[in-house]
Amino acid sequence: MAMRRYDLRHYPSFKAVTLFCLFVLYAPLLVVTAYSFNASASITNWEGVSLRWYVEVFTGAESEKFKSAARNSFVIALIAATVSTGMATFAATALLRGGRFRLRMLSFGLISLPLMVPEIVTAVATLIFFNALGVERGLLTILLAHIAFCIPFAYLPISARMQGIEATYEQAAMDLYATRAKAFTRVLLPLMMPGILSGWLLAFIVSLDDFIITNFVKGAGVETLPTAIFGAVKQGIKPNIMAISTMLLGVSVVMVTLSWLISQRDTTK
Amino acid sequence: MAGGGQTSGASQSDSFAPVRYWLLLPSWLTLLVLVLAPVSMMALYSFLTKEFRGGVVWDFTLAAYDQFFFDRGLFGDEPPKLQWTYISIFWRSIWQAGLATLMSLLIGFPTAYFIATRPEKQRALWVFLITIPYWVNLLIRTVSMKFLLREQGPLNDFLLSTGLLSEPLAIVNTNFAVQLGLFYSYLPFMVLPIYAAVERYNFTLSEAAADLYATRWVILRRIILPSVKPGIIAGCILVFVPSLGSFLAPDLLGGAKNFMIGSLIEEQFKGNAGNWPFGAAASMILLTMVMLILMIFAHQQAKGGK
Repeated sequence: MAMRRYDLRHYPSFKAVTLFCLFVLYAPLLVVTAYSFNASASITNWEGVSLRWYVEVFTGAESEKFKSAARNSFVIALIAATVSTGMATFAATALLRGGRFRLRMLSFGLISLPLMVPEIVTAVATLIFFNALGVERGLLTILLAHIAFCIPFAYLPISARMQGIEATYEQAAMDLYATRAKAFTRVLLPLMMPGILSGWLLAFIVSLDDFIITNFVKGAGVETLPTAIFGAVKQGIKPNIMAISTMLLGVSVVMVTLSWLISQRDTTK
Repeated sequence: MAGGGQTSGASQSDSFAPVRYWLLLPSWLTLLVLVLAPVSMMALYSFLTKEFRGGVVWDFTLAAYDQFFFDRGLFGDEPPKLQWTYISIFWRSIWQAGLATLMSLLIGFPTAYFIATRPEKQRALWVFLITIPYWVNLLIRTVSMKFLLREQGPLNDFLLSTGLLSEPLAIVNTNFAVQLGLFYSYLPFMVLPIYAAVERYNFTLSEAAADLYATRWVILRRIILPSVKPGIIAGCILVFVPSLGSFLAPDLLGGAKNFMIGSLIEEQFKGNAGNWPFGAAASMILLTMVMLILMIFAHQQAKGGK
């Protein structure tokens, strides 16, 4: 029998499909980024490169609205990511370092619940809940809802990291008379840091990006960046919206890249 | 789905067993109060009577579900007929989500396979390139898609300038635009589980088949595809489920004629005109469908794992 002259694993058209896939994923984002630098007031014609619309975002007629929306978005994302990452770290410690116990499987289910329930259903349910309790809708209701749905996103990288850390480290510490709290803060936590950091970054982006749930639980007049953008887009896509979108897109890409670099570093260690 | 359920015995330690309930308490409380309680409350609301200015009256009734399925005439006194308005919105959603899933599979499978057969060092970078767009704001991605596809948009400009078309394509506000939007929203979800499955696939099986004179495409169809089926099913579910209840793609790309479940639900809670129990009932029906799909999937996975 003759030797095979080709690589069996290789399928001729698959590379083209992959490149097409990347093209489809990136083309819309690149086009909007490019047009955000368009000097023209129309979104159709190209009249050369300018930062006009970026200036407009910070100083134009709508700038106050967008600035306050951005402030709300970042404050909420900062608090929601921090609180949910803390909870997720504790939960991962209990579930991966707490032995076998009866509520363990149920806890996995509960933590993944926000990923399984469709977002629009969570949104409706949360609105109904706050309404039934007579809680006035505003920044606080947005924050509470965000903390809840950020937990699984923070949990995933944290638990992945913890699974890779041998329990012998904290056991050694406790054998040498470290208290359980010390073993946690001085041994487990530093080892977990890359996972915690990447969990925090993902939770931050997820909170920053959320539209549907925020749209339901925000009060009248309270806006985050996505709800403000959605409101503006309903009147038509304008160049200043593309400038804001490009900036927000940049923030997401930078944070995901950071999260990725952090997780890459610990696999090469 | 949160993983860790199948933790191997090696990493199963109990150094923190005495405090495990205290460690779990914050997330349990948060999720019980902010997810489980609201969903239960919503289930309850779906059986209440609507208040005309939004909100509910505490009278138990099946009216919301009845309105979903049956038409009893303008005054509610005629014999019930099946009411197609809402059922057809659900049917369209299933259809749209299904087509978006199919498109994702056709593009996602070759991509995942290609990435999984790269040299090991390059794979992480490829996977990263596929996932970046997912982390970009869904709203911004959908708006970008609309910007690209619209009648005077860059896509049409390009097609017109090449002379392929003489008239711009009207893509926005069609079913196809919604499918494209959904496909674009969730494509990475298709690639990742298939990639994981192909990466575990043992290529000596392909060698063996080739030695027995199977062609490449026969190997793909008869050996690789069945081996990575769990990854394909997982990918399909991860695309289908969020597509089914999506709001942004149908709202921004579909226009008023291409209504999906998400928009139907949203409308019930907007302003004072909505019908809260009806919105809650529609949400319950959507939630039930999704949970059924996930349960069948979990059951299949459990069976396949043995």
